Amino acid sequence: MLYLECPYCGVKGEETEFHAGGEAHLKRFGPGSSDQEFESYLFARENPKGVHFERWRHVNGCGKWFHAARCTASLEVFGTYSAQTTEPPKAIKDAISAKRPGWRWRDFS
Amino acid sequence: MMRIRDIGPAVSFTWDGKRLQGQVGDTLASALLANGQRVVARSFKYHRPRGIFTVGSAEPNALVTIGSGAAQDPNIRATVQEIYPGLEARSQNRWPSLGFDILAINDLASPFLSAGFYYKTFMWPRSFWEKLYEPFIRRAAGIGALSGQHNADHYEKAFAFCDLLVIGSGPAGLAAALEGARAGARVILAEDDARMGGRLICDNALLNDAAAGDWVDAALAELAAAPNVTLMPRTAVTGAYDGGTFGAIERVGLHLPHQPELPRETFWRISARRAILATGAIERPIAFANNDRPGVMMASALRSYLHRYGVAAGQQVVIFTNNDDAYASARDLEGAGVQVTLVDARADAVAPAGFAGRFIAGAQVCDTRGRMGLRAVQLRHGDGRTEWTRADCLGLSGGWNPSLHLACHMNGKPQWDEGLSAFLPVPGMVPGLDYAGAANGQYDTAACLAAGQTRARAALGDLGLSLPAAADLPKTPQAAARPMLPLWQVPGKSRAWLDFQNDVTTKDVALAARENYTSVEHMKRYTTQGMAPDQGKNSNVNALAVLADVTGRSIAQTGITTYRPPFVPVSLAALGAGAQGAGFAPQRFTTSDAASRAMGAPMIEAGLWYRPSYFPQAGETHWRQSCDREVGYVRNAVGIADVSTLGKIDIQGPDAGAFLDFVYTNMFSTLPVGRVRYGLMLREDGHVMDDGTTARLGPDHYLMTTTTAAAAQVMKHLDFVRQAHCAQMQVAFTSVTEEWAQFAIAGPKARGLLQQLTGQALDGADWPFMACGPIALGDVQGRLFRISFSGEMGFELAVPARFGAALFDRLCDMARDLGGGPYGMEALNVLRIEKGFITHAEIHGRVTGFDIGMQGMLSRKKDFIGKAAASRPGLLEDGRELLVGLRATNGSLIAGARLFTQGSDAVRTADQGYITSVAYSPTLDASIGLGFLRNGRARMGEVIRVKDHLRGVDILAEVCNPVFFDPEGGRARD
Ligand SMILES: [Zn+2]
Repeated sequence: MLYLECPYCGVKGEETEFHAGGEAHLKRFGPGSSDQEFESYLFARENPKGVHFERWRHVNGCGKWFHAARCTASLEVFGTYSAQTTEPPKAIKDAISAKRPGWRWRDFS
Repeated sequence: MMRIRDIGPAVSFTWDGKRLQGQVGDTLASALLANGQRVVARSFKYHRPRGIFTVGSAEPNALVTIGSGAAQDPNIRATVQEIYPGLEARSQNRWPSLGFDILAINDLASPFLSAGFYYKTFMWPRSFWEKLYEPFIRRAAGIGALSGQHNADHYEKAFAFCDLLVIGSGPAGLAAALEGARAGARVILAEDDARMGGRLICDNALLNDAAAGDWVDAALAELAAAPNVTLMPRTAVTGAYDGGTFGAIERVGLHLPHQPELPRETFWRISARRAILATGAIERPIAFANNDRPGVMMASALRSYLHRYGVAAGQQVVIFTNNDDAYASARDLEGAGVQVTLVDARADAVAPAGFAGRFIAGAQVCDTRGRMGLRAVQLRHGDGRTEWTRADCLGLSGGWNPSLHLACHMNGKPQWDEGLSAFLPVPGMVPGLDYAGAANGQYDTAACLAAGQTRARAALGDLGLSLPAAADLPKTPQAAARPMLPLWQVPGKSRAWLDFQNDVTTKDVALAARENYTSVEHMKRYTTQGMAPDQGKNSNVNALAVLADVTGRSIAQTGITTYRPPFVPVSLAALGAGAQGAGFAPQRFTTSDAASRAMGAPMIEAGLWYRPSYFPQAGETHWRQSCDREVGYVRNAVGIADVSTLGKIDIQGPDAGAFLDFVYTNMFSTLPVGRVRYGLMLREDGHVMDDGTTARLGPDHYLMTTTTAAAAQVMKHLDFVRQAHCAQMQVAFTSVTEEWAQFAIAGPKARGLLQQLTGQALDGADWPFMACGPIALGDVQGRLFRISFSGEMGFELAVPARFGAALFDRLCDMARDLGGGPYGMEALNVLRIEKGFITHAEIHGRVTGFDIGMQGMLSRKKDFIGKAAASRPGLLEDGRELLVGLRATNGSLIAGARLFTQGSDAVRTADQGYITSVAYSPTLDASIGLGFLRNGRARMGEVIRVKDHLRGVDILAEVCNPVFFDPEGGRARD
């Protein structure tokens, strides 16, 4: 079972308390963006075996969205953090590096 | 078969309606053995008579039905079911009786019933499958059946947490649990059996020069006294999952006379920081001709029945082994006065010390006789000479398979150990799970005890617990086992069984290989080997060894099929405990719920809410009569409807207007205070998510309403947009759906009613269409919105929820005085269809603002969610299906029907659209509907074909404006 800690209310819960919401750190492209930018925003998603960054929502709790860094193969959670960020905080990146040296995900490493 | 030692007071139970005596402590299997019941089941495919084969959880033969009526439980392993006074057990898969079974004819037809028989025979014609083949197969090849009635029995789900989960309570498990207890760790010791101790309570072994049971009792007493230890007997750990989670099924009430308040079973989710797999090993049989007769059993089981249950399973026993362990069974049975012949496949074997019976080295059992119970065994000596010898019981030992199933549940592959001729778990297969004892290939008691202690100390050390010095382990007798001789099958002409439960023989495996199903996974599926309720616990390794043999590969090259949860059968009732009937989903009730039910309104579900369908009156015999009358209230007088289920989101902050501008397609920052505006909300992919009205209550204060259906989705969306895209905005919002009770007051007399209620004029100058504001009802501060979902003069009046019930009663009384009354969902739906107002029947997730004729609401002046996608050419192009009205020219429209150009074939390639909502309009006396039609806005007046292939509707309808009634909208205004 997957255990996540909501960074807003501090509650640690098992997976039925949360809903997954797709990939994290997508930069929004709206009107006026190029076709390529818009296509990649709306459709292009990472599908890694290993380190991944995702949006989750504490649906049966405080209702807030947050980000989670975890491994899609082992389901190990490296950490959760605020949704109001455009890239993972250093502490999260360090936690991943400690367990998955040399990891890469989009522009992050 | 006989009872040679009493184990407890007598207990009376029934078997196929016959009253029998067992003893306290018996399983159904031991009690049946003690009563001389040799045949206990018929096999799955060939209906062969079968007897009890094992002593524990892995039993393939003795599946029985327990109880009767709604609560009957099929396919219960007799070796697991404990007896209790009044236990009612029945054999299954036989007709008319266990002794005479008509379908035993299948056994004679066995040449035609080999592996792949169903695939080859029942391929065509396809139409025969459902009516002929499947019912035949289900009747002929079967196991037990459910009652078909609703079972009201009580089941539970539960959660548990621990530092150390010990799975299995044999020597390794007990040693591990003791370490955890002494270190102060939170320990759970789970044991499938009713009694803890594993093989220590099934052998007459010695520990510290005394009976092993004494040491077990002392260990259990210490564990039971430790407040940090939870003992869970009758609890099988069924699966290992991510994050240190284990599933387990506890038999809470299955061993007791029925008690309604006691759950039958509890399904546990155990969250463990570390776990020790100490599940022991399962003895494996040997395949030879007719090795499935009643009386053929596992050699270790014979010993367990003798020591634990006081039952000798035979009077003339042959033991057939390839290893030393079965010698203990031979010696112990002989000690109990049974005549024993010991046949060892190893040529260099020597008779065990003190064994007086016949001992034959280098020989094999190659056939048996006795259809309803073993009568004789054929031996083949090392020199090829054969002989028949009388026997009523045959004990088999082909070595042991470590019970490593749980270790493999997260995709780990075990490794073949050539020395032990067994698969062993590999470290790290499940994070946090270690192995000790026979589950790890350590078969002797001293090694089990030592491994349990060592592995537990390692796990506890990992957790940072300080450990007391390791206590001395009990002294075990010296044991030096000689190596086993791998032996999977004895050559022969007749069928030799591998999987007893699914009737898979060595010939089936060879046939599968011949037909090129040489991968072990393909062989399994082709033959059904290992796919029965026992999941091949006795047979998988033997079957792949036979496959390796016929394909000329090694066992390591052949590999093993994937182990998946659950380890033992788990009843769906336990997995779904609590989620039936009213427990299936939460229920939400409006403040008018009791009053509506009191008026006889049938309630319908709307999401989790319950809403009145209509309010029947005396003399009305059909819902349509009530509905038509209620529509008339609104069109001609005044109707009252509870609309509290619509989502209400209170939005506040200096940036509230800007936030709404971003989530709605149209502008809200420009909405004056005291006004309401209809808003359209898109998803980022340009399709409509929801619609509704939003009121501006103050400069920084808005109240959004959503549809009932999408309230949760909209809230989730707003939270996301706020956090991910508008992090800098000063805006906050919260759902207030349940804080306010809200009622629609609609109809020409609505204003009159409200004037009377509030004492205010509410005229068009102060309260024009789409106005809103606070309103006082005596001391109660309410809110009034002049909005309409019916097209009539309409208001919605909201009060704090605690006043809702009183207000509803009052409004209904006042409406009745004016010739109106309450109206339900049916009338509400008719009223909105007459006006062409959309609901989620229309905005079902695949339509755009353009499709529903609201392209004009997509602001050109600002960015909003969905704008870029909604302006893509593909979502605006010619040929899209557009919202239209439909009026039947003959017959009645039906929602879900497809639309076709008149005269064209009603085939998929000619499809022109579909109908989403329909109603009989009493106002227009017509069958009307809303739907989507290709290029629909350019086809007004066209008569089209309406066809519902499923329900046989084929009529014509005229395409028209979706607003059927009062298209200018004058009735809602002054
Ligand atoms: Zn939370």
